[in-house]
Amino acid sequence: MSTDNSQRNAISIRNLVVDYGQRRILSDVNLDIPMGQIMVIMGQSGAGKTTLLRCLLGLKKPTSGSVHILGTDIASASLREINKVRIQMGVAFQGGALFSSMSVAENIQLALREHTNLDEKTIEIMTRIKLDMVNMLPAEHLMPAELSGGMTKRAALARAIIMDPKLLFFDEPSAGLDPSTAAELDQLIITLKNTMRMTIVVVTHELDSIFKIADHIAVMSNGLIIETGTPQQITASTNPEIQGMLNRKPRETIVDTDTHLRRLTGGV
Amino acid sequence: MELTLKSETGFDLLALSGEVDMHFSPKLREKILGTLKDGKPLLIDMAQVSYIDSSGIASLVEGFQTAKSSKLPYGLLNISTTALQVLTLTRLDKIFNLYSSAEQFKAQVTTHAGAIQ
Repeated sequence: MSTDNSQRNAISIRNLVVDYGQRRILSDVNLDIPMGQIMVIMGQSGAGKTTLLRCLLGLKKPTSGSVHILGTDIASASLREINKVRIQMGVAFQGGALFSSMSVAENIQLALREHTNLDEKTIEIMTRIKLDMVNMLPAEHLMPAELSGGMTKRAALARAIIMDPKLLFFDEPSAGLDPSTAAELDQLIITLKNTMRMTIVVVTHELDSIFKIADHIAVMSNGLIIETGTPQQITASTNPEIQGMLNRKPRETIVDTDTHLRRLTGGV
Repeated sequence: MELTLKSETGFDLLALSGEVDMHFSPKLREKILGTLKDGKPLLIDMAQVSYIDSSGIASLVEGFQTAKSSKLPYGLLNISTTALQVLTLTRLDKIFNLYSSAEQFKAQVTTHAGAIQ
């Protein structure tokens, strides 16, 4: 295991490369995520966002490069060392990933039961505090199949924050939600950062959400981070691809003719 | 985290310092519930608490519920801005009795004792 001396950054990625077989998914990704800030990773489908997230969670071993999380390089760490870091992480997956055979409360309590020796009453109160934070207290006894899309996301968030993690990862928080629920969730993410000292990484392509919550934005395209900056800096970017994303232009309009022809014909 | 318990006139004063996290909240819970068993009002001084997580908040909540059931005054003293933000997030800032001086709590205890007699 190697350690990163810089503790100002919760996450520090250097020269990250991920190949799936012959296909390069991430090419030389470099990114620093400052402690206590919200970093939004944006990009179109297939840009490599999910693969990057999987590397950050220690679910995908990169082909090369380093991924320092809270000082530990999880790209080279053992499973035991990765698990030590994971205890300090919370993850809210896009689909919720709740266990269907457990109630909402049981899903949320799972990590506390597995990783702590807290008293049953403390676990019960902590669960209700977190459910109340995401406005889901009345749903504690419901089963996942009984939840709407928005409720599932909020339950997943409650589960992600149950251990008061230092790092929170959120995959597409507002995708598929009505505007009002999405706005509530955005506000909650900001509040968590401000009050619980969390460093939050959000992977999304929902523009409204990005500019409400982000302290920093990393824009991905074709396995590369093509630009990083504050929301103001990204908005002012002169990169035509970024402007295309921000103005919701179809991808075809920003690919030049020669490149597109080569892609279709394989360079014939 | 460090816990210091002092017996004041009419109430117990439990001073906390450092970080109250999942490692230490079981000790905090035990101390709060154990102290309340003596049947005296309890004031918890949080001036030196640099961080409190939700397990610590849960211990404070359980203590409050126990004190209420026993009809004992229970309060938090000198709560820091950071801890107050966590309480606000969990809507507990309006539930707990918050004090900025031990004298305020003492006055509350005296009024409470008078009402019982």
